[in-house]
Amino acid sequence: MTPFDTPASLSGRSDFIAIAKWIKPDAKVLDLGCGDGSLLRHLKEARGVTGYGIEIDDTKVLACVKNRVNVLQIDLESGLSEFESDSFDYVILSQTLQAVRHTERIIRDMLRVGREAIVTFPNFGYWRHRLQILGGRMPVSGELPYEWYDTPNIHLFTIRDFENFCGTHSVRILERVVMAEGRPVNFLPNLLGSLAVYRFDEGGRS
Amino acid sequence: MPPEGTVGTVSPKFECFDEPIVLKSGARLDAYQLAYETYGTLNSARSNAVLVCHALNASHHVAGVYADDPDNVGWWDNLIGPGKPLDTNRFFVVGVNNIGGCHGSTGPASINPTTGSQWGADFPMVTVEDWVEAQSHLATRLGIHRFAAVMGGSLGAMQALQWAISQPQRIGHAIVIAAAPKLSTQNIAFNEVARQAITTDPDFHGGNFYSHGVVPRRGLRIARMIGHITYLSDDAMAEKFGRELREGVYKFNFDVEFQVESYLRYQADKFAERFDANTYLRITKALDYFDPAAAHGGDLSAALKQASAGFLVASFTSDWRFSPARSREIIKALLDNGLDASYAEINAPHGHDAFLMEDPRYHNVIRAYFNNIAL
Repeated sequence: MTPFDTPASLSGRSDFIAIAKWIKPDAKVLDLGCGDGSLLRHLKEARGVTGYGIEIDDTKVLACVKNRVNVLQIDLESGLSEFESDSFDYVILSQTLQAVRHTERIIRDMLRVGREAIVTFPNFGYWRHRLQILGGRMPVSGELPYEWYDTPNIHLFTIRDFENFCGTHSVRILERVVMAEGRPVNFLPNLLGSLAVYRFDEGGRS
Repeated sequence: MPPEGTVGTVSPKFECFDEPIVLKSGARLDAYQLAYETYGTLNSARSNAVLVCHALNASHHVAGVYADDPDNVGWWDNLIGPGKPLDTNRFFVVGVNNIGGCHGSTGPASINPTTGSQWGADFPMVTVEDWVEAQSHLATRLGIHRFAAVMGGSLGAMQALQWAISQPQRIGHAIVIAAAPKLSTQNIAFNEVARQAITTDPDFHGGNFYSHGVVPRRGLRIARMIGHITYLSDDAMAEKFGRELREGVYKFNFDVEFQVESYLRYQADKFAERFDANTYLRITKALDYFDPAAAHGGDLSAALKQASAGFLVASFTSDWRFSPARSREIIKALLDNGLDASYAEINAPHGHDAFLMEDPRYHNVIRAYFNNIAL
């Protein structure tokens, strides 16, 4: 036994738990911006999935290797040309969509490479964020922990924005979970939810 | 006891093989010898062996020093030893000099049993496939049925890749560093310049210089200089030498003036001292010939269909001879086959030679990967 045999901790990432519930056993998964590989590691152990993570940061790549997770040090923004069409059951992008430059291309690439895609993102429409804007300041919260001058987030958007986007880009939403402080939110999600998790595919294709 | 972190004093060993080996060219060696070194201990399950393959101008002397030559440190000593990324407390490491080499394995300077004199020009062409086959015979001789891993950088990485293709049952992991699935046109062109430098040296004598008692030093020196320049990045050379002058002022002659000239000449002299010209020619050809996808209509994914090894692939951003894009071609083929694979693209300034440097980002990934190899 090595220290790496202890189960990966998913604490603090309530979106991971929602994602794990959706993934079918033995699926092939591509995790874009996979961080230290915790999600993939958990999916591997709990769901028997195989797959790869993509990560650009040296420290996180090393953490993935330590976590026994297949990781590829590739810049997401340069596209997913390594990956054949329909080569994965799921392509996951957790809490990264708001930080990518080529949003449309990433979504298109995800749906090309995967049969289904899963994204999670901080909801800019969350009431605490709205309040801070009303107060004249850019929001800083648990989901958006950065100051305006050091944030990696360049495309902040709301739940309603995302659903509009899906409507205009022939993306079919299959399932949605909205959360606040780790709990599901069913009422006024764009106001009361701080984190959104979506599963979707290319509408009309299948 | 050797000092912490080093395998200490080592000595080369030799194995002779009487079973003929038919080379890819169709030529045949009736018998051959392989020089090799080992570090660490083969465990009772014989499951902890790691083969380290050498690149263009290295040998089986991978780690440690020789008792009678304490300055001759193994070429990958910074990576291999007790407590190092490839930890000899856990793994049994084998370094081997390839056939066609000039460090103790059968090569052009060996005696041709048919003629009783040195092979010279008559020594056959050798390929990466031939080397892997010979290495597999050595493994069998050493009682190693399956390597936990085969590792190499550059041309050594091509051998690790070839192991995964042609000996899939005998390799657990392939560690493929600063590699390419085949040489680019530009790479072949550089090799041809090096070969022309050697073969046009009047002391080359068509490859039979041994009997003339000379060595094509001029050719070897130029071959080494051009190679060396391409293994470094522009930035690394600028950083190391800049435009620094040895004596601070222009002398307006062709003596050594710039520090970089001095360095190149020193490296060239050292190389011409110890390296066989016929070996250099053949190894550059082995590089040019390597193209596992060729037998599959250029489809590397098809070439890797039988592979089952786990892969760690690493490249270096400033390596313009074996650029990251070339490693990503390998990664694509591994993904197409659903093989376990990780890829580290190390932001390092040193060019192709970065694979020989001690860079914590690079070494930590290697260490973590080896730590997770189950024995």
